[in-house]
Amino acid sequence: MPSLGATFGRGAATTAQWDLANADCVTIMGSNMAENHPIAFRFVLEAKARGATVIHADPRFTRTSALADIYAPVRPGSDIAFLGGVINYILERDLWFREYVLNYTNIASIIQPDFQDTEDLDGLFSGWDESKQGYKADSWQYRAETLPSSLENHGILSGESYSEKVGVMISKPVPKDPSLQDPYCVYQIMRRHYARYTPEMVERVTGCPKETFLKVCEALTKNSGREKTGAWCYAVGWTHHTTGVQTIRGAAIIQALLGNIGRPGGGILALRGHSSIQGSTDVPTLYNLLPGYLPQPHARKGFRDLDSYVREESANFGWWHNMSKYIVSLLRAWYGPDTTRGTAGGYGYDWIPKIVGDQSQLPMMLAIQDKLIRGLLVMGQNPVIGGHNTHAIRMSLPNLEWMVVRETFENELASYWYKSPEVHRGELDPHQIQTEIFLLPGSLPGEKEGTFTNTQRLLQWHDKVVEGPADCRSDLWFMYHLGKRLKELYKDSTDPRDAPIQHLTWDYPTAGPNQEPSAEAVLKEINGYTLADGKPVSGYVDLKDDGSTACGVWIYSGVYPEEGKNLARGRTPDPPGKVGSHQGWGYAWPHNRRIMYNRASADPDGKPWSEAKKYLWWDAEHSRWTGYDSPDFELGKAPDYEPDWSKDPQGMEALDGKSPFIMMGDGKSWLFVPAGLKDGPLPTHYEPVESPVANPMYGQQDNPAAKKWPRPENPYHLVSDPRYPYVITTYRLTEHHSGGIPTRMVPSTAELQPEGFAEIPPELAGELGIKTLDWVVLSTARGEIETKALVTERLRPFDVDGKRVYQVGLPWHFGWQGYATGDIANVLTSIVGDPNTTIHEGKAFTGNLRKGRLNGMRP
Amino acid sequence: MSAVNYAETELQDARSRVHLEGHPVHPLPVPERALQYRESILAGIIPHEAELTAGVTITPGQSYGFFTDTSLCIGCKACEVACKEWNNLPADEIGLTGQSYDNTGRLSALTWRHVEFIEQPGRATSMPAFQSHWLMMSDVCKHCANAGCLEACPTGALFRTEFDTVVVQQDVCNGCGYCVPSCPFGVIETNKLDGKAHKCTLCYDRLKGGLEPACAKSCPTNSIQFGPLDDLTRRAEQRVKDLHALGVDNAYLYGTRGGPGATGGIGRLNAFFLLLDRPEAYNLPAAPTLPSTRVRSGLLAGLATMAGLTLAAVAAFAAGRRDR
Repeated sequence: MPSLGATFGRGAATTAQWDLANADCVTIMGSNMAENHPIAFRFVLEAKARGATVIHADPRFTRTSALADIYAPVRPGSDIAFLGGVINYILERDLWFREYVLNYTNIASIIQPDFQDTEDLDGLFSGWDESKQGYKADSWQYRAETLPSSLENHGILSGESYSEKVGVMISKPVPKDPSLQDPYCVYQIMRRHYARYTPEMVERVTGCPKETFLKVCEALTKNSGREKTGAWCYAVGWTHHTTGVQTIRGAAIIQALLGNIGRPGGGILALRGHSSIQGSTDVPTLYNLLPGYLPQPHARKGFRDLDSYVREESANFGWWHNMSKYIVSLLRAWYGPDTTRGTAGGYGYDWIPKIVGDQSQLPMMLAIQDKLIRGLLVMGQNPVIGGHNTHAIRMSLPNLEWMVVRETFENELASYWYKSPEVHRGELDPHQIQTEIFLLPGSLPGEKEGTFTNTQRLLQWHDKVVEGPADCRSDLWFMYHLGKRLKELYKDSTDPRDAPIQHLTWDYPTAGPNQEPSAEAVLKEINGYTLADGKPVSGYVDLKDDGSTACGVWIYSGVYPEEGKNLARGRTPDPPGKVGSHQGWGYAWPHNRRIMYNRASADPDGKPWSEAKKYLWWDAEHSRWTGYDSPDFELGKAPDYEPDWSKDPQGMEALDGKSPFIMMGDGKSWLFVPAGLKDGPLPTHYEPVESPVANPMYGQQDNPAAKKWPRPENPYHLVSDPRYPYVITTYRLTEHHSGGIPTRMVPSTAELQPEGFAEIPPELAGELGIKTLDWVVLSTARGEIETKALVTERLRPFDVDGKRVYQVGLPWHFGWQGYATGDIANVLTSIVGDPNTTIHEGKAFTGNLRKGRLNGMRP
Repeated sequence: MSAVNYAETELQDARSRVHLEGHPVHPLPVPERALQYRESILAGIIPHEAELTAGVTITPGQSYGFFTDTSLCIGCKACEVACKEWNNLPADEIGLTGQSYDNTGRLSALTWRHVEFIEQPGRATSMPAFQSHWLMMSDVCKHCANAGCLEACPTGALFRTEFDTVVVQQDVCNGCGYCVPSCPFGVIETNKLDGKAHKCTLCYDRLKGGLEPACAKSCPTNSIQFGPLDDLTRRAEQRVKDLHALGVDNAYLYGTRGGPGATGGIGRLNAFFLLLDRPEAYNLPAAPTLPSTRVRSGLLAGLATMAGLTLAAVAAFAAGRRDR
């Protein structure tokens, strides 16, 4: 979530689900919340019971729309045009929360005089380098700053990271024009940029009727300000685009302009794809991050040692100035007490694996095809279903020498070599596949202990209920004992490349007949401890860069503050009558804050904006912040504190008492992002890489910086390609879980959605002579599948720029294993990515539809 | 950066701050006893668990039931899954029906909770509060106050429990099937596997153990509410008032005493519903009747017919004599 990081400082949901109940308006866009987050949706209904307006903007009328007050139909991939229209409405009608925005955002900051907007360059910003297919962002910077360009980083920093140069480079006060008259202040640039996003243009580009769009704008602006707040919820309906990051930025800008961040009933709830996905980016499983969003060292960046890494990756101003404490404590946790400041680049810095480029999932699959990767260990994924262009993936898997799949059932990945359509069609021959494939039985959640970290950054502990059957083992058991065996294997090696394994600390206590490692011991290491006595630290404020502390994940520090005290076990809700921050329920990072940036819930002087939305305030008598949540601010920093610039302030000293966004170098929310994003400082409407229409707004058709891998097996469709006239959008159903393994294999969930299907609007079905339950074939240049038709008015055609655009909806859970089966939707999608995150574009691509079947090609 | 400093005196009731104009708000209560279980540690079975999950102390001798509020239903089918898992019910025939998102089709011997999906014609962009245009409703056995199935059962397998619910005793049922046509809602069914009659037990076994029924416990939006019948009825009536205040004029209760669904001698439905369209839209009879009430009128009609025929015969004989 680089978009939330680039706007507010931390790439995570700013609020918690239960706080939605305090909202006066809830906007759900890029999410089918009722279906995919049904438990969180409870709080939307609670808000509704109190009179809140619920808005759902989506290409499809879903179970979420059925419970909304306003349903705004939006053509797949046109969300930025819609959001830009809202920004235009707010700015041109002067409906922004002036006092909040002037004090807490960078609206008055002045940008370089050579900045050129998409208005000037027909859809491009200044700094585009055609030969490198990337931006040089120097002209986007704050006036009088000389900051490194993002071009050097192109293809390097591309993950979810709030350290991603956010506020990193600021080294002096930012020049501002509080009168907002300077033509290069952010306010004036934004007004020019969004001038063409009129309600008429919104209707032309998105297909949403103008009246409906205006109704949304009215509801949003009416329910914001001192007395009221509105919240936004999004999910993978926004991230699965080549413009995903900029789409989320659109909502972030709206929420900052309306003064809805850091306040009860406000915020942006990033609804994550499944349970503990938040945890898997925090701890993380991403290739370009170390635990706690510390950047993974890059081989080509020339960081010789720990000192140069810290110098480049830490910040002068703001909280990120403390980063050296977190990396040193991490190294101390990994490589133990015997290393010193002089060991291997500093506490074993050299032993951390270095990255060399984009090693995320999409290019990883291509690397298998190119035989760069020879072995694959897969846990918790089913890439032949959830990957993209999965026919190409299946054809390349035989290049592997070995593959280990840990699963609770035999999934499609483990069985592709003898059961896939490619085998039935004779394209793959099981006798010719040389890969040695291992299927290892995994435990289900009830068969192991540990934590889930959910959407709202909340760690919740769960105990083991029963022992898993037979050879089923937990992931922790597998990783621990694998590590043990590797250490044994390499213990006598003198090869320097084996040093990281030799030096790794790997000594968790085990119990029971299977020697199950203690998950609580791992959590204690994650929390951090002092090396001298092994006692847990109370939180990340205790961490040091002198080598005296160890900490596995600094943002989680505080979850295990004393021996035997695991706050993730907490199950104490606030009793009725409290505001509902539920401090005793689990543990939320950072520092148990439930609403981040909550300093913004008070006005610049530290008083609540209103009695109705009171949350955190300055207690002048005791000289401290107080309220219903853990303050996301220095506890004793008075609202009137000003940095003394003559004394060259560092870190938090440089942020004044009116700067709620403490991770940012200037302490402000960034409406305009001068550094950190690869595709522009402001969201701009581009068509999806595959679109049936030319961009109605600019000469630039699609996101210029989008990551493309045009290869013979990964072709893209041209704009308005007559062979692929329809928009296909893929999605999940409430009845199934992602790749489908936990639900398609169980009869009671399989029967609820027992087969794959495609949802088709009646107008298109009529043209093609298709009726419900007819077999249909969907095709793209990547491949074709057959499925059954479900004709429904819930899908609608869109009239875009005078042209009728049909969309076909396609759930992607299905495969050939289990009780609920169907062809694999992701055969149709391509490998293409957002420039910041390398996330695919499964939500909007083109394809064809016909009545009939694939003859003889069905397994 | 340290722990929270709550200023207790400053704490306001956030929920009471927000008011619908002129209408008190009824937020979801946090049951008192939930505060007693501060950690996720498994410490044996929690006594009277329903007090935590539903705020209800289950006491034999009281009437219990379901209030299914369709205006809150999101069609997630968690109730169907929870029911099958708890009651160990196998899947029905697996296959796509083409009827919107409904693939279990109907209540049956193997499906005791069933979510209906009703797609209404038209493409709205502005809608009344809560559910509209795609109606979803979790159907279940109504546990009628006067139950047709129970009256028809010749073996006593069907009986009324100490919780005022209607349950089939599997060891007594002989599979005669008389109960099947006697249910005005088409709920009860015999199963081809064992030949016996099956339907929702309102989780009789769970109630005995102090647990809330599985479907109600799993419902994420409180569309299915479990509790003492009088309490549920009060809540439901308030909910209808609240919805009317929000402009949802078509909300009404189905199955409460004197209302639709509770006609024809049935009295009332212990599992009743808040509906947003005509009962027929949900496959529910608008005016169901207890079969025995039809037996009575049928019997009278039969007697009257016999009397008429007798009179006719007498008249015919008399006429014959005259002719002779």
